[in-house]
Order: sequence, then structure tokens, then C-alpha cells
Amino acid sequence: MTANTTQNRINTLFSERTTPVLSVYFTAGFPNLHDTSTILSALQANDVDMIEIGMPFSDPVADGEIIQESSSQALKNGMTTELLFAQLRDVRTRAENPITMPLVLMGYVNPVIQYGVERFCADCAEVGIDGVILPDLPPEVFEEEWKPLFERYKLHHILLITPQTPEERIRRIDEISSGFLYAVSSSGTTGGALAMDDARTAYFQRLKRLKESSKIQNPVIIGFGIRDKASFDAASEYAAGAIIGSAFIKELGEASNEALPETIRRFVAKVR
Amino acid sequence: MTTLSITTASQRFGVSERGYYGTFGGAFIPEMLYPNVEHLRSVYLDIISEASFQEEFVALLRDYVGRPTPLYFAKRLSDFYKTRIYLKREDLNHTGAHKINNTLGQILLAKRLGKKRIIAETGAGQHGVATATVCALMGLECVVYMGAVDIERQKPNVERMKLLGAQVVAAKSGSQTLKDATNEAMRDWITNPENTHYIIGSVVGPHPYPDMVSRFQSVISEEIMRQLEEKEGRPNPDYVLACVGGGSNAVGAFYHFLDDERVRLIALEAAGKGVNTGFSAATTALGKSGVLHGSKTLLMQTPDGQVVEPFSISAGLDYPGIGPIHAHLFASGRAEFHAVTDDEAMQAGKFLARTEGIIPALETAHALAYLEKLAAKPDEIVVVNLSGRGDKDLQTYINGAQERPH
Ligand SMILES: Cc1ncc(COP(=O)(O)O)c(C=O)c1O
Repeated sequence: MTANTTQNRINTLFSERTTPVLSVYFTAGFPNLHDTSTILSALQANDVDMIEIGMPFSDPVADGEIIQESSSQALKNGMTTELLFAQLRDVRTRAENPITMPLVLMGYVNPVIQYGVERFCADCAEVGIDGVILPDLPPEVFEEEWKPLFERYKLHHILLITPQTPEERIRRIDEISSGFLYAVSSSGTTGGALAMDDARTAYFQRLKRLKESSKIQNPVIIGFGIRDKASFDAASEYAAGAIIGSAFIKELGEASNEALPETIRRFVAKVR
Repeated sequence: MTTLSITTASQRFGVSERGYYGTFGGAFIPEMLYPNVEHLRSVYLDIISEASFQEEFVALLRDYVGRPTPLYFAKRLSDFYKTRIYLKREDLNHTGAHKINNTLGQILLAKRLGKKRIIAETGAGQHGVATATVCALMGLECVVYMGAVDIERQKPNVERMKLLGAQVVAAKSGSQTLKDATNEAMRDWITNPENTHYIIGSVVGPHPYPDMVSRFQSVISEEIMRQLEEKEGRPNPDYVLACVGGGSNAVGAFYHFLDDERVRLIALEAAGKGVNTGFSAATTALGKSGVLHGSKTLLMQTPDGQVVEPFSISAGLDYPGIGPIHAHLFASGRAEFHAVTDDEAMQAGKFLARTEGIIPALETAHALAYLEKLAAKPDEIVVVNLSGRGDKDLQTYINGAQERPH
């Protein structure tokens, strides 16, 4: 098996950064259908390091209530894969405030299959997407059917590991992944709380040791249950950074339209 | 004597080493579910092949469930349709449907896996009741997820589950039916990966579930073969009819006939108010290959890949997909699929009640309704899998096919 040789903004971010990477997830099409560009701009203006753009799905089994609701609202608003690519088409090239940080698409596999895998990869490349996270795409199916396309379009494929993933499988997943590894903080769907108990600490320490001893190659980012400065700092002690999703979406849902950029500024300031 | 098939999986229609039926199946699950599903995959065949497992399963099917269920020659129905109709009486199983064949198999497996807590999804409530029953039997904790709409329309089964000591949790997202209950059960399993076994109620979900459930349900066709041999001097009927929600009773009734092309296998889906009304659950007519609940299968969905909310008067058929084995049987042409409307099913259910003194479940009534169109010859043998009894549906039978707010 050959490693993915793709080099893009994700690699640059992790090779240059010495402080923890803050990554933020939001659901495209929420709270309003056309907020995507506003949210991207505000996150960049407030020095977030990486953004995961959630592609809403009708049956998000790995998600807790907040992302379930943002997804169903986004779909009611009319979000589709096609529309999302249209919204992203000029964010990297526009004259004013172009987005320069790494962008990752995250979603479930069915909408991507229906869109057409090759068409999806080509559109990702065209709008400047750096990586894709599809938790319900099995690693073997990726390797056998999707990998050549990801390489051709210079996309990283980022896989998940969990507290239950044995070391051998972590190493195998690391070989199939590129860009970074997404470590799920605890057993559960998105939106839970991060309890830094003994089991959690042991799991994070295990990951840290694997990385430090070069048993895994990719940088590790921790997600699920990261909601504020305390949990971001706690997770970052053991990894290259962390991802905030549900907590951010909850604030977006409570903000009025005009206040979106200000809400985002305040949210990021609290975490940093 | 009832036995459990472990070696008779069809070459052409059985599951492949990697969990596929043709292009359908697989295990499209997030990593959070991988350890449990992979462990199950690696041990299920060995466990169900063990002599001690077989003995316990077969004894409980006989003494607790009441198997073999009769293969009943329905004389008045046969006279009416001018052919020879047998009803496979799964409604006479303990708890009133075929569902317990599977829950009993899975609870014995869960015990051998050392699991202490059982979760399940349910639509009509029959699978929920069958799960709650075997949990009571084995002294295991039981949590059943059920769509809020289904809790409303299948009240007697909700009360039965509670009486059996299960906790019933309402799924309030989406259409609040079987699909959403399945989502919630999967989220529960993600959250409780150590002590919990998920008893899926049909031949759906990630590999190995479709194959495992098929094997537990295959006892239905195994008995049909033996009983027909006794009654008709030949083991194979000309037709087998069964309704399909996820497809477990149908697989059970088809299983041992899959490689015998002389037997026409006919699967009946719920057309709801009509296949093209926008209120339907006729998956093969309306669906396209896609991924839901861990497997690639035929799925009712928008062009954008969002799952469409199905509709059927019958809670057990109100599901936007079918098991991957059925997708393969459909795509390969081995089985025929037809859609039956709410009204046709209601009439067929009521007709059986008056003709044979058997009130069938509304799910089953979909299979019976197809007798109107089958046009079998007088000397041909038709087996209808009578998957369940209709007590749970009394209110719906009485009210008629009313509008249900969607
Ligand atoms: C009596 C009966 N028949 C059929 C079904 C449909 O399930 P399956 O297609 O798995 O047999 C159900 C489901 O609840 C049921 O209760």
C-alpha cells in the first residue's frame, strides 16, 4: 500500500503551527440557507485554523440532537450538495477576504454516492477543498474504490478512531488516512461533554505516545464534546488540536441574522 | 424436529465472505460501531454452529415459542381463489409473529457474548415485544426505541413491552416511525459500546446482521418443506408469498427455495396510498441504490441522497429501504416484487377474518391481498407466510384507512 502523497493547506498548517490547532465545524445551510460564506469569513477573521463544513444528511446516526436539528433545518432550508459547491465556488478566489485556511467537508456517504464520487472529488478540487471526512465510508471501500480519485484531486481522506479502537487498527487507519487523524474523544454521538476521567486521560495519553514514537504518522485532532476553552485546552495537551462542533452550532442557532459575525467573534474569543 | 441451518446458505443468493449480496450489503458504519459489529462478524457463525447453541435454540423454539408452526390448508380461501393455498402460521408463535425466531437466536448469542443490556428498534411493536419477551426470559435489561407515531398507532404493543419490563423510548425525529427508531437505537449503541447488544429486527443493518437474521428466520421455509412433503408429497410449492418491510419474514419463507427456480418467490411491499402518490413505502418501485443503516441497498431517496420519509398504514412496512438480500433478489430477478395499497391490504385482512377465522396483522394482509392478482392454477400450491396476528391492529381495522397527518 502506498501512502497518499497529497500535499495541501492541511499539511502546511500542521507543519508550520506550534500552538494547538482550533478547528470549527458548522452545518452548511444553517441557520439560514446562504450563511455559508458569512460564517467562513467570520471564522477566518477571528483566526480559526481550519474549518469543517458539514454536509447535512437526513439520517445522521453519529450525531447528537444539536447537529441532528441543524441538519434537518438545513435540509428544510433547501441545502443540497450541488448548492453547497455553488456557494463555495468563489470563496478562495474572491477579491475581498478570500478564504485561505484549510477547508474540510464532513458528511455521510450516501449523498456523496448519489452526487457521483468522481464528480464530488472534482468539485472539491475546483472550489478548494483540502480534505473529506465520511465516517460511514468503510476504510476497505475507500481503499479499493475511492482512493485513486482522492489522489487525483489532491484530497485528504480523514478517518476516525475511537477509545475502543485497538492499537493495531489505529495504525492501519493511520496508513489509510492522510492530512490528520480524527480522534473521537469518548463513546457517544456528537454534542456530549468531555469528562476528563482516568479512562479519557489514558486514551489520550496512548494516542500521544503513538504519535511521539512515530507509530502513527498523521497529526491527531480530537473532536466530540469539545465545547469551550477548558475542554479545548485539555484535549490540546495530548494532540495537535481539537474540533468544536455542536457548541458552535448551538450559538449560531441562538443568534439573530445580523449578529452572526459578532456571535462568531465572541465564541472564538472565549475558546482562544 | 426443528433444526437450525448453518450450511445451507445459497451459493447464488447467500452472503459473500465480505458481507455482500451482489452489489448490495456491506458494513457502512462509523468507526464507533466497528468493534461491536466486527466482533459479531467474527464469531456469529462459530457460535450458532455450536452444538450447545443449537440445542438450546431448538428446545426453546419448540417449548417456548411453540414451533413448528402449522402449515394450514386454507380450504375456503382456496375455493374462493380456485387454487391450493396454505398459510404458514407464524401468527401462532408466542408473541404473535415471526419476529421471535430472530430475537431468541440473538439473545442466546448476546448471552454468549457476555452482554448485559439489549436494545432494539421497533415499528409495529412486534419486534419490540419479541425482544422484551426474550429479555425477560433471560433476565437482561431491555430498551426499545419506537417512533412516536408508531407508539400512537400500536398502543397495545407498547403496553405489552412495558408489562414485560422493557423501557420504551419514543423516537421524535423525522417521520417518527421505524427509520427514526433505528437511528436512535444506533446512537444508543454508539454511546454504550461495551455492555450492550443491538437486536436488529429485520434483515437490514450492517453485515453480519442480514445474514444472521436470515439464518434464524430460515426455520420458516425449512418447516414448510417438511410439512409440504408430508401433505402434498413434494417439498416445494409453486409460489411463496410474503410481505416485505425490511424483509425478515420473507427471507425466512424464501430461504430454502432460493436455489429452486421452480418456486416463484413473490414479495409484497406497501404502496401506501399508491406508489406514485408521494405516500408510499414501495421501495423497489421508488428506490435507488444507496446507503442507510449500515448497508448498501435499495432506498427511497431524493436525487440529492436524502432519505425520503415513507408511508404505510402498516407500521411494520413503513420503512424506506429493504434488506440487501432483497435488493439482490429484485435486481437479479429471482424474486418478484409488487406493491399493495393500504386499502387493498385492509380488505384482504378483513376477508381472511371472515373466510378463515384468522385476523392477520396489517403487514401480512399485504401478502394476502396479492392472491387477488396471482391467478394460480387449480392444482398449483401457494404458500402465504402469515407473518403475524392482527390483534395489535384492531383499532386501525375498525377505523378504516383514515388519513394520517404526515
Ligand atoms: C407481523 C409482521 N409481519 C411483517 C413485518 C415486517 O417485517 P419483515 O419484513 O422484517 O418481516 C412486521 C414488522 O413489524 C410484522 O410485525
